[in-house]
Amino acid sequence: MAKSKTIKVDYLARVEGEGALYIRYDDGGVHDVKLKIFEPPRFFEGFMRGRDYLEAPDITARICGICPVAYQMSALHAMEDALGLVPTPELSALRRLIYCGEWIESHTLHIYMLHAPDFLGYPSAVAMAKDHPKIVQVGLQIKKAGNAIVKLLGGREIHPINVRVGGFYRVPAASELKPLREQLLQARDMAAETVRWAASLPFPKFERSAEDQYEFVALSHSQEYPMNKGRIASTRGLDIPVSEYDSHFREEHVEYTNALHSVLVERGAYFVGPMARYNLNYDRLSPLVRQTAEDIGFPPFCANPFQSIVVRSLEVLYAFDEALRIIDGYQQPQEPYLNTEPRASTGCAATEAPRGLLYHRYSIDERGKITDAKIVPPTSQNQKTIEDDLRHMLPKFLHLPEDKLQAQCEQAIRNYDPCISCSTHFLQLHLERSGRVGQ
Amino acid sequence: MGNATRPKLAVWKFASCDGCQLSLLDCEDELLQLADKMDIAYFMEASSQPVEGPYDLSLVEGSITTAEDERRIREVRAQSRALVTIGACATAGGIQALRNFADVEEFTSIVYAHPETIATLKTSTPISAHVPVDFELQGCPINKRQLLEVISAFLYRRPPQVPPHSVCIECKIRGNVCVWVAHGTPCMGPVTHAGCGALCPTYNRGCYACYGPKENPNTESLCHWWKTELGADKATVVENLRNFNAAAPAFETASRREEQDNGEK
Ligand code: SF4
Ligand code: SF4
Repeated sequence: MAKSKTIKVDYLARVEGEGALYIRYDDGGVHDVKLKIFEPPRFFEGFMRGRDYLEAPDITARICGICPVAYQMSALHAMEDALGLVPTPELSALRRLIYCGEWIESHTLHIYMLHAPDFLGYPSAVAMAKDHPKIVQVGLQIKKAGNAIVKLLGGREIHPINVRVGGFYRVPAASELKPLREQLLQARDMAAETVRWAASLPFPKFERSAEDQYEFVALSHSQEYPMNKGRIASTRGLDIPVSEYDSHFREEHVEYTNALHSVLVERGAYFVGPMARYNLNYDRLSPLVRQTAEDIGFPPFCANPFQSIVVRSLEVLYAFDEALRIIDGYQQPQEPYLNTEPRASTGCAATEAPRGLLYHRYSIDERGKITDAKIVPPTSQNQKTIEDDLRHMLPKFLHLPEDKLQAQCEQAIRNYDPCISCSTHFLQLHLERSGRVGQ
Repeated sequence: MGNATRPKLAVWKFASCDGCQLSLLDCEDELLQLADKMDIAYFMEASSQPVEGPYDLSLVEGSITTAEDERRIREVRAQSRALVTIGACATAGGIQALRNFADVEEFTSIVYAHPETIATLKTSTPISAHVPVDFELQGCPINKRQLLEVISAFLYRRPPQVPPHSVCIECKIRGNVCVWVAHGTPCMGPVTHAGCGALCPTYNRGCYACYGPKENPNTESLCHWWKTELGADKATVVENLRNFNAAAPAFETASRREEQDNGEK
């Protein structure tokens, strides 16, 4: 029998949070794939019990510094669902605007700082900047424009302070949004350039076989490219209101990683994130984005996860287009927020975080104190699919030298932009991590 | 990749949201300049090619919540000439320190199906509870201007200029109308460390103390006024002291005092 080999990465780099990878394989096939997450537990769902419902957006923002707005949006909408509040179109537009800002800064961070170095063979964007200063500069400028949106509407880029159940603490006057316009217009041109550049990267060929296709899951809405609202849809016919999430999706506590794995009760692993959104909602993208995709010959359906960097760049372009549309049509809301009294109730919501579907459910009592909280971050939903990818991919790349093979596996994980510090469920493992410090 | 003439910077992560180290990558205009002045030697979120220690400056994000991390922080300290903690987790245990006031087994069983497989400490503690720290930069998240100030102070071997006064002072400097005095909005500004530029009052809301306690805060007086003037009940006062900086000594003492205080409201 052939000698079995292992790939071990003790500390995954250029992902948010702490994770490790373990693969055992030999010529006969792949025997074991474990994406291990050793991010310590932070117990958000536990300590939210007893806290005031108005605190939910501030507290859950702290789950992730890279996509705090996503946590705030899901928390707000879940609380509003519980209380029967329906945000006005003006308030919804502002929420979409701040979400555009987060998509831009988070996707751009991933495209340029975390993912591109893989394709171009550098350990980091800083190292890449020595040979490709212009590319990195463009990335930083695009990201800065996304941050400018979040900062204006949220007060600051990380853990914004201005979003509130029912609306915002303060809404901007139209004149405050105008100065952003120039910056966004310029950045939109750079985003279009990014799409063309991303499409020119060397992609490993990788597609699942016909009988082993991904099930893509995303929100879907008749009028909008999904961010804050819609039904939950999939490429295998799932089409449910968010309120039925709990009866179709289940979280499993898996021994070795113990970041809970999420599965579709009917079918198992599924795939959330930009590729799922794009594949399910291509028609709702703006004409500029669809035209750009056509110009570069990028199809409306993409099943090679290595090309997610192109999809992300298309979404960045979309977010600029959408942000400009919202700013141009902006009507200042009459009231910054809709007021209400708490009552005993339960509500849920899912929104589209940069990394994919993010589900929150809360129960509150008549004083507005949280009695139960459930949060399912995108990364826990993608974990099984990431492992499946590695299992499928390895046999195709076995001809590569071992260091290249390992790099390929790490890149495959980064395709998902996994956010390991979305650590609601994550816990410590006993791992061999010798020499991790300063290694 | 190492360059002997440039100081080596390392960025470490413990239990946290990654937000404070992201502040470094959010320095879009300064990042590449910084990389010219320092060798960014260890920064797992940004680079897959770590350079070996020792390091001249270590920035540490996150709190200590596992036995393994208790060990790891000592190793980090041993390899660092200067060690600066960044953010509420590293300086005060972070939001996850709420477990210090509760039963961690109960938390675990709420989140996990097999809580017995989970290894975690009963507390979340700041870095300074484990090793000597050269400077603590407060905030949830930190302010990147202050971060650059601390790094350049280190580069030029001078003390960092991070004022320890309250958010109220920043509020005055900014010319804000006081949300407490004008609207009766509960505000933690008087006891909270400066750094954010009085963000919340500028956006019409009270400060919720994400920058942690200022130097010598008069929490007793603040709690008194919250209760007598703003009509806040004890639970609300305790809740406001116990959030992102719950285990900062000044806030922890005050919240325990409030909890025990059975006297008049
Ligand atoms: S609004 Fe808050 S921070 Fe500002 S002066 Fe008043 S009490 Fe102080
Ligand atoms: S909570 Fe206080 S310290 Fe934090 S941003 Fe708001 S005003 Fe500043």
